[in-house]
Amino acid sequence: MAVLKMQRIAVCALKKNRKAILERLQALGTVEVNICLPEEEGLKKMDTAGSRSSFLKYAQMAERGLEILQIYCPKQQSMLASLAGKPLVEKEEYDSVIKSRDNLIGDIKKIIDFDKEIAENKGKLQKLDIQEESLIPWMPLSVPMNYSGTMQTAMMVGTVPGAQSQESIYELFMKSAPEVEAVDLEIISTDRDFTYLAVLCMKSDKIRVENALRSIGFAAPSQLLNKRPEEIRQGIQKERERLLAANEELTKKIAEFEKERERFQLVADYFRIRADKYEVLGQLPQSEHVFFISGFIPEKYAPSVAEELSEKYEAMVEISEPSQEEEIPVLLENNSFAGSVEGVLSSFGLPGRGDIDPSMIMSVCYVFLFGLMLSDAAYGLLVSVVCGVLIRRYPRMGQSMKKSLQLFFWCGLSTLFWGIMFGGYFGDVINVVSRTFFGHEVGIPAAWFVPLNDPMKMLIFSMLFGLIHLFLGLGIKGYMCLRDRQYMDFFCDVVLWFCLLVGLILILLPTDLFASIAQTSFLFPGWVNTLAKALAIVGAVGILLMSGRSSKNPGVRIALGAYDLYNITGWLSDVLSYSRLLALGLATGVIASVVNQMGTMLGGGIAGAILFIVVFLIGHTFNIGINLLGAYVHTCRLQYVEFFGKFYEGGGKAFHPFKENTKYVDIKEENIL
Amino acid sequence: MSGIVWALLGAAAAAILSGMGSAYGVGVAGQAASGVVSEDPSKFAKVLIIQLLPGTQGIYGLLVAFLTLSKIGVLGGQIAEVSLATGLLIFVACLPIGVVGLISARHQGTTAAAAIGIVAKKPEQFGKAMLFPAMVETYAILALLVSILAVTGIPM
Repeated sequence: MAVLKMQRIAVCALKKNRKAILERLQALGTVEVNICLPEEEGLKKMDTAGSRSSFLKYAQMAERGLEILQIYCPKQQSMLASLAGKPLVEKEEYDSVIKSRDNLIGDIKKIIDFDKEIAENKGKLQKLDIQEESLIPWMPLSVPMNYSGTMQTAMMVGTVPGAQSQESIYELFMKSAPEVEAVDLEIISTDRDFTYLAVLCMKSDKIRVENALRSIGFAAPSQLLNKRPEEIRQGIQKERERLLAANEELTKKIAEFEKERERFQLVADYFRIRADKYEVLGQLPQSEHVFFISGFIPEKYAPSVAEELSEKYEAMVEISEPSQEEEIPVLLENNSFAGSVEGVLSSFGLPGRGDIDPSMIMSVCYVFLFGLMLSDAAYGLLVSVVCGVLIRRYPRMGQSMKKSLQLFFWCGLSTLFWGIMFGGYFGDVINVVSRTFFGHEVGIPAAWFVPLNDPMKMLIFSMLFGLIHLFLGLGIKGYMCLRDRQYMDFFCDVVLWFCLLVGLILILLPTDLFASIAQTSFLFPGWVNTLAKALAIVGAVGILLMSGRSSKNPGVRIALGAYDLYNITGWLSDVLSYSRLLALGLATGVIASVVNQMGTMLGGGIAGAILFIVVFLIGHTFNIGINLLGAYVHTCRLQYVEFFGKFYEGGGKAFHPFKENTKYVDIKEENIL
Repeated sequence: MSGIVWALLGAAAAAILSGMGSAYGVGVAGQAASGVVSEDPSKFAKVLIIQLLPGTQGIYGLLVAFLTLSKIGVLGGQIAEVSLATGLLIFVACLPIGVVGLISARHQGTTAAAAIGIVAKKPEQFGKAMLFPAMVETYAILALLVSILAVTGIPM
């Protein structure tokens, strides 16, 4: 239930054991490599960039091959498959696959080449389509496109802009070349933009005809083939069939590798692991015969790792406390309940230097507040059951996913509890159904009270819970000050604030203002009132005088104190912020009852029941979704802003051990600590 | 104009104004979210969560509208006698969530769009990205609170 204590481990060993030691460390996955040895004469680093990038290239190739396999013979994956996590592979199986890695890489290359060929063929097919399209207007032409004419006559084909009729073309032509007598302008076809022409004229007139045609916008097609359009089209179709057949053949060939999928995955992971190893190897200082490695290791693993390395590999191992200046990586260890909020915590920031691990306290508060916001027994039960089933069903799911589901499992239970307290079961579904379909209304009364009927009471309790939460945060700050033996800080920043706030609250409680809000009045004996005033005054004066104690100048000191005292408004807004517990709780209940009401629009009977079931399913699914989101976001906010604002800094660096970072499978190793 | 019209006008204003704001906010955030997903579809879930944040104002408006409708009996089918004074009171009680919902949802939308930018560049900072739009929402919640307390507190 804390941040794990880290130690520095330094290993010096013979080079002949280098491979074995690195592989063992990687398999253990308990050391974050962090070299901090002084630069010394004779120690060199190996240049591993080249081999590392070639391993990475193989890994990427294998991944690309797998992607292609997925495209051509997709493996059916259910929606929940992403929860299943990585399968566990026996070490022997892994080793035997890796032995044949060269063959497998060859197969993967083949797949990639086949895919490339398919893509090329697809490009060719597209080109054929375009070619055919440009050919269509010429289809009626029954001579080759580049037919130049007979002995006496010349022929040209080409287009003029616009859809024109035979007469209008002749008219245009005659205007520009009235002297030409024998010319035949035949319209092959017309479309919106062009008129396609075949022109026949005497060879002697050819130049003049050409000039005249050019002046009305005649242009020859870009490509003139010495075949009839009909023949060209047949050629295109034949080629298309050939390409399609080739692609089908290639797809079949790729599909033949389907059964190798698992082995490709192992190969991809193998090269990734090796690339990681070479990255570390490149950082190690080495002399002629020995090499050094150092890094951080959690204290509890340190002795066993040190023993194993020195006994099995004759290495010199030194364990020491890390120095204060170093940035020590953070690894949290909690029981399964408190651990479930680690994801929420790390998205704010892991504990930094001097912070404590707030997971335990935070998990209790988180689950408590989340339940208050969602506050519907049926929703809570549903969320819990779904999360619980998923966790049981997929024991190998990823750590962070498992933690999130665990968190929602607990939050669901809390929601169930608060739902019973406030009498919410799918809103008011029991009342609505019994009234509409069975004629007499029954319902489960709230165990405590119904917030919608008494919002002021709920508001007061929301703020009370908020106040407790905030005081808890201030208390943790006090504990941290005591732990660090900063008694002055403890007194000035914690005790004085407690005095001031408790005093102010005690002054507020008996007033008419509070009585009118809470509809209950407090009557304190006189000494409590005096005590309250005294506490408030001591607190305020103390803060005014002591907050700026770091400054020597008395004027500045008072000004800083006054500024700190102004923080009382911050406390007010923090407490008011907890009114969202009421607002979100009401939102769940009210939307649920809107849904139920909509469902009963047709009244009782069969049709009414069908409508009700449909509306119920859609409406409540929507409501659960939107309110889960709301509760999640706003509980996070209350933790991050209001609670952490009192004591927590964050900003720690996560522990990234040197380990087998696989993508597809986990490899089962012997003797893992 | 009798009181019931004013009361109904209040319910309508709460739903219309805050709904308009949310529609705008979710729309703006959705445009940013689409941009991110077009580059990296794996961020879909994260940006979707942020996109939905400005949608809550519309729900708050619905909540107040629903409370008002059930108070004046429109939902139950037995419309209550509402005096002009009470109707005006209910109308005014509905205004905070309507007006604040409209404006805060618009601003929350642009903030959410910016937060989606954080997720695009640094997905591990999702927790912080979610927080900025949530800050804007505080004021909608305060307005909702005033509206709820006022609507439920007005005697019929």
